[in-house]
Amino acid sequence: MKQREKSTLAEEAAQMLFTFCGTLCILAVAAVTFYMIVSGIPAIRRIGLSGILFGTAWNPTGKEPEFGILYIILTSLIGTFMAAMIGVPVGVLTAVYLAELSGRRQAWAVKSAVEVLAGIPSVIYGLLGIYLLNPLMYRLERAVFADSDTHRFTGGANLLSAALVLAVMILPTVINISESSLRAVNPGIREASMALGATRIQTVFCSLLPGAAPGIATAVVLGLGRAMGEAMAITLVSGGCVNPPFPFQSVRFLTTALVSEMGYAHGLHRQVLFTIGLVLFVFIMLVNLAVDGILRKRAERWENE
Amino acid sequence: MKIRRSRIPSMAGIILVLAGIAGSRILWAQEGGPECPQGSAGLSGSLQIVGSSSMEKLARVLAEGFMEIYPDVSVNIQFTGTSAGMEAVAEGRADIGNVSRDLTEGERARGIVENRVGLDGIAVCVDSGNPVDSLTEEQLAGIYTGEITSWAWVGGEDIPIVTVGRETVSGTRSAFEGLLGIENRCTYANELDSTGAVMARVAATPGAIGYVSFDAVWGGTQGHTVKVLALDGVPPGAETVKSGDYPLCRPLSMVTKGELTSQNRLVTAWFDYVYGEEGRKAAEEAGVIKIPSKGNLHSEWQGEEDMR
Repeated sequence: MKQREKSTLAEEAAQMLFTFCGTLCILAVAAVTFYMIVSGIPAIRRIGLSGILFGTAWNPTGKEPEFGILYIILTSLIGTFMAAMIGVPVGVLTAVYLAELSGRRQAWAVKSAVEVLAGIPSVIYGLLGIYLLNPLMYRLERAVFADSDTHRFTGGANLLSAALVLAVMILPTVINISESSLRAVNPGIREASMALGATRIQTVFCSLLPGAAPGIATAVVLGLGRAMGEAMAITLVSGGCVNPPFPFQSVRFLTTALVSEMGYAHGLHRQVLFTIGLVLFVFIMLVNLAVDGILRKRAERWENE
Repeated sequence: MKIRRSRIPSMAGIILVLAGIAGSRILWAQEGGPECPQGSAGLSGSLQIVGSSSMEKLARVLAEGFMEIYPDVSVNIQFTGTSAGMEAVAEGRADIGNVSRDLTEGERARGIVENRVGLDGIAVCVDSGNPVDSLTEEQLAGIYTGEITSWAWVGGEDIPIVTVGRETVSGTRSAFEGLLGIENRCTYANELDSTGAVMARVAATPGAIGYVSFDAVWGGTQGHTVKVLALDGVPPGAETVKSGDYPLCRPLSMVTKGELTSQNRLVTAWFDYVYGEEGRKAAEEAGVIKIPSKGNLHSEWQGEEDMR
């Protein structure tokens, strides 16, 4: 009898501990959301939403300070999009190779490399970017703009460099999730396709990839989220000026604006930085909602089948 | 059951190790306690210093030396920028503000008093492969405002100039632009958020030019990665800054609310230390040009300013 009471007590204590830990996550999200909204709103009130979101002049310390972050927002969106355009095809094809075409040893080698890639600290990517990628990009820039008198040379620190670094950084996310969703495709589909006389490549592109599409979409969206939130690596390779986002322009992202100015800013400037944080937060939330939506759709489809 | 039995010893082992670490920490702390020297002069309390991030090295070195002499005093330093430091001193939230530019009339009117502690030079540097050794101030201004876009125009090879600078809120940037008279007219190719980033970018980019405070190019191993230029034929250095020949230098001061004579004991002790022999030595270590001794502070500085 006593033994049993003791065990129920322990059970209850454990139950409470687990519940507490679970609630902690919710509390953290709620606190961050609350804090970001509360600290991001004052600047919007003082300057006006359209003044901040659609203004193109960023001069926070001038005599008449200007706080337009349109170029910064566009840079984040377009930079992330460019990273996906480069990183997603490479990532998905790598996943196909891993799931369908590679031998065991080759798969092991590739998988280990991908794992290491995921573990490299982002500042290392940034340093490699400065010393390897930027000089290459500068050569390209000088070739492209050889005859231009108006181009302001960036020394290779531009949007394209940042997008390339981001593309490499999202590879592990894209590869891992795409691979597992390719493996989760019903083996009957592959067998049926092969039985109908399709080649391996035809099977991959006509049957497997469409079958794994929702999973790959999740991979892409998570990759976008990672690229959107990355700061350290791109602050070193993107140049840091507030410019419209063209490939060979020195640019500033939402994240790098926060990193480079938060230490100094005060007053209204600081409040605007919190608004930038809020914008970033909203984008990340949208990405999460998108992932959620894709997963729910997939679950529904499976239920229907 | 088997699994359970094998886990118990390892868990016990972990707990023992943790307990051991905790125990040794406590012992170590107890032993360490009495060794500290007793507070000299009986000063205690805390000193709040807020201000310029370009004075970080100087302030840290001075605070360390000060706390060695007065172990019961804790010196808290924040590097939130010159203007923020000035604001904190005016409102009484800080005892001392680190300021790396001249005071404005409005700031003087609020009772802020400037106590100069040294000079900082701004060095202009290019990548080590660049054959150019010297620029004039006009050329430098032209380069940063975008009027001069190729090194060929200033006696170098025909490669584009990549202008590297600091972010808009940097004290070094406002001092640089202010000294050259090109505020808000600069077109930057790169705006980076730290001295180290500027150095790395300039070193890695052929045709790049950048500016950093003196202590970054001397007193470190970084010196050889970039080439420091002379301005108007004057090489940058402690001597040329002191003599006033080198054009890009700015005053560093620690401001107080009200004159030094009306400060509390802690602040007075701080400035006695800063202007004393040890403070001067510490400042030299930090790469700051010179701290005038307290007695002839005003005359010496006035004289130099007049000469310039």
